[in-house]
Amino acid sequence: MLNVLADFVGELRAAGLPVSMSEHIDAARAMRVIDLGDRRALRDSLAATLVKDGDHLPVFYTAFDVFFADRGASLQDDGVTQDGESPDGAAGAEGPGQSRGDGGGGSSPLSAEQLADMLFRALRDGDQSALSRAARAAVARYAGMEPGRPVGGTYYLYRTLRSLELDRLEARLTDERAPGDDQLSQRLARDEARSRIENLKRAVERAIRERLVEDRGSAALAKSVRKPLPEDLDVMHANREELAQLERALRPLSRKLATRLARRRRRRRRGPVDLRHTVRRSLSTGGVPLDLRFKPPRPAKPEIVIIADVSGSVASFARFTLHLVHAISSQFSKVRSFVFVDGLDEVTDYFDGVDDPAVAVARINAEADVVAFDGHSDYGRAFLTFHEHFAKDVTRRTTVLILGDGRNNYHQAHAEVVADLQRRARNVFWLNPEPTSYWNSGDSVIDQYAPYCARVVECRTLRQLEAFVGGLT
Amino acid sequence: MTSLDPRQELAKRLGLEHLPPVRFESAADVRARLATNDYLSDDSIASVSFLADRLAKPVLVEGPAGTGKTALAKAVADAVGARLVRLQCYEGLDESKALYEWNYRKQLLRIQAGRSEGETESWSELEEDIFSSEFLLTRPLLEAISATDPVVLLIDEVDRVELETEALLLEILSEYQVSIPELGTVRAKQIPMVFLTSNNTRELSEALKRRCLYLYIGYPDVERERDIILARVPEITSALAEQIAQVVRSLRTLDLKKAPSVSETLDWARTLVILGRDEIGAEETVATLHILLKYQSDIERATKEILGHTVNLA
Repeated sequence: MLNVLADFVGELRAAGLPVSMSEHIDAARAMRVIDLGDRRALRDSLAATLVKDGDHLPVFYTAFDVFFADRGASLQDDGVTQDGESPDGAAGAEGPGQSRGDGGGGSSPLSAEQLADMLFRALRDGDQSALSRAARAAVARYAGMEPGRPVGGTYYLYRTLRSLELDRLEARLTDERAPGDDQLSQRLARDEARSRIENLKRAVERAIRERLVEDRGSAALAKSVRKPLPEDLDVMHANREELAQLERALRPLSRKLATRLARRRRRRRRGPVDLRHTVRRSLSTGGVPLDLRFKPPRPAKPEIVIIADVSGSVASFARFTLHLVHAISSQFSKVRSFVFVDGLDEVTDYFDGVDDPAVAVARINAEADVVAFDGHSDYGRAFLTFHEHFAKDVTRRTTVLILGDGRNNYHQAHAEVVADLQRRARNVFWLNPEPTSYWNSGDSVIDQYAPYCARVVECRTLRQLEAFVGGLT
Repeated sequence: MTSLDPRQELAKRLGLEHLPPVRFESAADVRARLATNDYLSDDSIASVSFLADRLAKPVLVEGPAGTGKTALAKAVADAVGARLVRLQCYEGLDESKALYEWNYRKQLLRIQAGRSEGETESWSELEEDIFSSEFLLTRPLLEAISATDPVVLLIDEVDRVELETEALLLEILSEYQVSIPELGTVRAKQIPMVFLTSNNTRELSEALKRRCLYLYIGYPDVERERDIILARVPEITSALAEQIAQVVRSLRTLDLKKAPSVSETLDWARTLVILGRDEIGAEETVATLHILLKYQSDIERATKEILGHTVNLA
């Protein structure tokens, strides 16, 4: 068991969770005082000792499901049902036989309607064990799993869920439950149905994972289903669900960053020596200046100008950066934001008087006037426009942030504009959401701009973004 | 594999004569005893509380506001029949407020009294005298450590103190002792249970997290919330409780500035009981929504999305 724990800790570390030696020891100690047969207790105990951040729990649960797969418990489950406790007699008795016999790869004796019916009833009655049986049957029927194929569960999950027609199932559940026709009870019924469907999805996912573990073993599978932590997700290639996850992670992240920066600013108290005050203090020690006094620091708050590419490929990255910078805008003396595709528009006003930057960012997407011609990014033209109208506002106190992948669609680069900005500004930074290895491939012309930037930073994840923005003040 | 169990090890280090009895038999026992104190736990809350006792480790409880983090510490104290010692954290909290402080005035009096009586007391005697525990003002942390009766220590909203002040807690959390330079080390006379709560407004230090067990209390699911309502609002019918839990769940799915917490749910349930409702319709919901939601924009959004019409609440 200790070996399993060591492997499990290794997997958590590989997924990016910081598990220390002493936490590992605590986990081992916890395992000695709990009932190891109780899977739920094992999971909670390991979570309490190994995971110290609520945002890391989903990653932990995924890894746990793989490493401590639910074989014993599920077989027990089936046994109970066969003793005749099942409310849906025939289908229930057939279900477990199916899920077990199917390990050898037999074809399904359940018809599609029977299966749909079984699922519906399990969902309606909120019967958890019936639900996991139905999920297993559904996986056996629809996932089309092939032993030894080195894919993660997502592909099978997608196949299974598509065949189950969840939308129809949800509608049916909603109709069943909606007692009145007023909006409130409709809404409640819908939310209830939705949460049950979510429950089903999880059950299906679990069922798939169990089968995969059987097929390939825990360690190999853990690697392929490993989910990155939200702050390590690649912003550019995030799918819709991951984007929502990022969105959720961003708010506390920016709040924490703001707290940290404000605290740092307050604590940094060394201004220049205040001679007057020091001499006055020295009177009490006979004129010997024992106790140096300092002037309060004059915080040199930088001005920030953001020029962000918001064309399709990098839009979400620009959104996150704008959100983050404006969330900590109190740390800067001024923040001005510009967005472009092939035209350029100032969007600073959108953030005025809005307490949640997310709202402003949403408005930018809808309203900003950024397309002048064909809607393909044209960095050269955007920089020219910016230079023409706003270059005079860029001073020695200004830090210019350019966000984009530098994919110029073979337009002219006009790097000389960036060179001029660099002369005027304190610093020019370029944040590129693409991995370094992709730079300058295809139509990426980042190298033409790079000589005129203080730094070109690869910024693919929230963690990198936070580190960079935190370093700005 | 002959290592001591963590409690024995700690007891030995603290120099306790006998090992204090375990507080809970099992996680199920935790659950049952918390339930008699009207605190409905779930599996993970019970497991972690059980582990906290068996491993003699503090628990760091995190989660959104109003989900029963502080209430858990209170309920555990009641369940094991211990006194709750509470340290409320805030920005600017320091040693003299959290740990101990010398009672200067009393020390000064003692010195003056010695002089007037004309005793010829050497300085070293006097020093020994005025730096004794008689002149020590105990603050919550020291009080919990030096208590002889059973205590549960609650360090509330630990994320509010500065990073530097956090270090004050480390010695207590791992060794259950407090070092006072003039006096020596005060060791715990028992193994107190320690709960720390945090609203996660900032990242706590690794050192602190490593010393604690971690418990995340999120919003409860509909069934548990219904049971909580039933336990805490005795006059309510179970149909109404169910309905309330469902409405609250729907509200939490909206993108609100502040989602309704469990304590607000309970307030709402009590209000509806006082109003004599046994089921909720659209009008009651609108009229009492301000109990659940604390921002005007949230109220407007909820009215629009859930009830499907805009209502002027002026």
